[in-house]
Amino acid sequence: MDQNQNKLKASVTLLRILIGWHFLFEGIVKLYNPEWTSFGYLATAQGPFDWFFTALIGDSTIGLVDTMNIIALMVVGITFTLGIFERLGAIVGMGLLALYFFAHPPFPGLTQMNVEGSYWLVNKNLIELVACWVIFQLPTGRYFGLDYLRKNKLAKIQEQ
Amino acid sequence: MKWTRRDLLKGLGGLPILGAVWWAGAATSVGSRKKRTEILEQLNIVPSLPPAVPGIGGEPVKVGVIGFGIRGEQLCRALGFATNEWKEEMRLAQLEDPNIKALEDFDKQEKLNVKLVGICDVFDVRAEKFINSFSTDDFKPKRYTTYKDMIQSGDVDAVVIATPDHWHAPMSMEALNNNVHVYVEKPMTHTVGETYLLREAAKNSKAVIAVGHQHRQTLSFSTARDIVEKGTLGHVSLIQTNTNRNDDNGAWNYDIHEKASPETIDWDQFLGSAPKVPFNKNHFFRWRKWWAYGSGLSGDLLTHDYDRLNCVLNMGVPSSVSASGGIYTHNDGRNVPDVIQVNMEFPNFSTGSSQVEGKEKGMTFCYSATLGNGFNRPTILMGHDATMELGNNLTVWPDGASTRYADMLENEKMRPNVPIYQYNPAANVPDAISSATSQYFADKGLMWTYIDGVRVDSTFLHMREWLSVIKNGGQVSCGIKEGFEEAISAHMAGLSWKLGRKIEWDPETEMLKPIEGVDFDQVLLANENWDQLPPPVEEVS
Repeated sequence: MDQNQNKLKASVTLLRILIGWHFLFEGIVKLYNPEWTSFGYLATAQGPFDWFFTALIGDSTIGLVDTMNIIALMVVGITFTLGIFERLGAIVGMGLLALYFFAHPPFPGLTQMNVEGSYWLVNKNLIELVACWVIFQLPTGRYFGLDYLRKNKLAKIQEQ
Repeated sequence: MKWTRRDLLKGLGGLPILGAVWWAGAATSVGSRKKRTEILEQLNIVPSLPPAVPGIGGEPVKVGVIGFGIRGEQLCRALGFATNEWKEEMRLAQLEDPNIKALEDFDKQEKLNVKLVGICDVFDVRAEKFINSFSTDDFKPKRYTTYKDMIQSGDVDAVVIATPDHWHAPMSMEALNNNVHVYVEKPMTHTVGETYLLREAAKNSKAVIAVGHQHRQTLSFSTARDIVEKGTLGHVSLIQTNTNRNDDNGAWNYDIHEKASPETIDWDQFLGSAPKVPFNKNHFFRWRKWWAYGSGLSGDLLTHDYDRLNCVLNMGVPSSVSASGGIYTHNDGRNVPDVIQVNMEFPNFSTGSSQVEGKEKGMTFCYSATLGNGFNRPTILMGHDATMELGNNLTVWPDGASTRYADMLENEKMRPNVPIYQYNPAANVPDAISSATSQYFADKGLMWTYIDGVRVDSTFLHMREWLSVIKNGGQVSCGIKEGFEEAISAHMAGLSWKLGRKIEWDPETEMLKPIEGVDFDQVLLANENWDQLPPPVEEVS
């Protein structure tokens, strides 16, 4: 049983780090590219919530939307790779992925733009969202991450 | 409390991952930006801003409109006058599709200092529509029975001519001879002979003539000129430009008005110099389909493409033109072709060369048109160093075998399938689906977008420029020289198609090289039997 527990912890930790890696890279690439904007992505939004996404592209809002997107991506990326406050990261990640999912949903009848596969209802955004849920349910920072030090070491230091 | 290696590994193992990903992301972003900057610095292309024109001050320009059909209405909207019917139609259209913002755009358009004082249209319904829409409490535009009455009335400073082609030159000349300014639709003339006469009239007149090639105002075209002048493309040997249409409107089968009748249409005046035929609604509303009034693809649509390129390259009249095609998609009684290929030769033209001197010279301009397929074939300029797609957006790709970019290609700073320059002046206009989509793709990969543009109607800019020149002097961007080149080139294409042979131009004499036994203007105007030579004249002793 213990061995199984360890295998589960190791695999969820790996999942957490890979998702963190993905988010962090996306965030950093945008952070260092001042020309990047989510304008095109939002302007071409489709599906039942397109009105919401196209409402975000006004001159007064688009800058804030871009900044928030970068911050959110990096919050997920940093919490997941470092293994600290990962439940917060998981919630932010699920929120962000839900927005991405509904901006360009893989619903029948909608044209899929710039996607590299074939999807029906389920796409990679949705799968990654569920993976974030798993991270939320099974935090592994205490097993591998800064939380390990925070809980095991700092707690002990305080005890002493 | 002792920290073991195990503690450090388990607690801080994420840090190197974070560092590595951060470094990789930053390097990717900064690296690709550096690469772009390097390319852009080397290309040194300056995207053009809207041309500033001096204001149209003083008394409003009194404008008379001759011809108030589809194009006439569009030109009036560019001047700031929309009919009540159009406003209502656009209001309803927007209710159905909020993306249609024509009415909003119209309301936002800058107001020009003009007064529409008169209308001349041979169809009562159109003239009345004009008067009803543009009358105010204290002013009612006047209807003139003939264009001569309007021009000679002394009440108009300028006329806008949007009639069938066979009326363009006679009306323009009448106006210029009376020092009344002219905005005439393309093609500028209907025959070769008229083209010289109109040029002469323009030379002798104090009035300003502008030809309706509004493309010259499109920002991407002035940017394209900069790109070509800087030698970005190298020697351009081939231009491919096209018309692709597949609908009734595109094939000139316009609606026939229910109130059209010999009582409501001055048929004799419509015909003018055209062969006398009985009243015919089809001819009246769909005149573009017959040589007697229009000039088919060569005069109607080739002229746009020719002038767009002439505006970018300033290549002038071709040395020779050969055309082929036929009536293949709309065999409905028309006599102008609906499929045409026109090859214009410019053997001495060059956009500059990156190779050994003398190796490259000469260019073919290839226009290909069909009214039976709407697939978008873009305008492409093919140079030794790069290829440019020219439209509202501009894209430049390096050529794999380029001499100029050989080093950058070898160092993989450029790749043949990746654009080195993209210009999309409409990039931040979110309400048009098409531009939003192109922005979407521009966001991906190595594309550059200059987000400076506000959507402005190019016809509005073209007319504003004309009015400004009327008031302040200066040069219009499409005047008599450009109109002359456009008209002659179009007539050469029409003649070549009709005669089935090559038509040549003598730049020394500025004349078409004669063909024995052929009267070019007779051939151009003929509705039938143009390929039959006139009977030989008997020698009289």
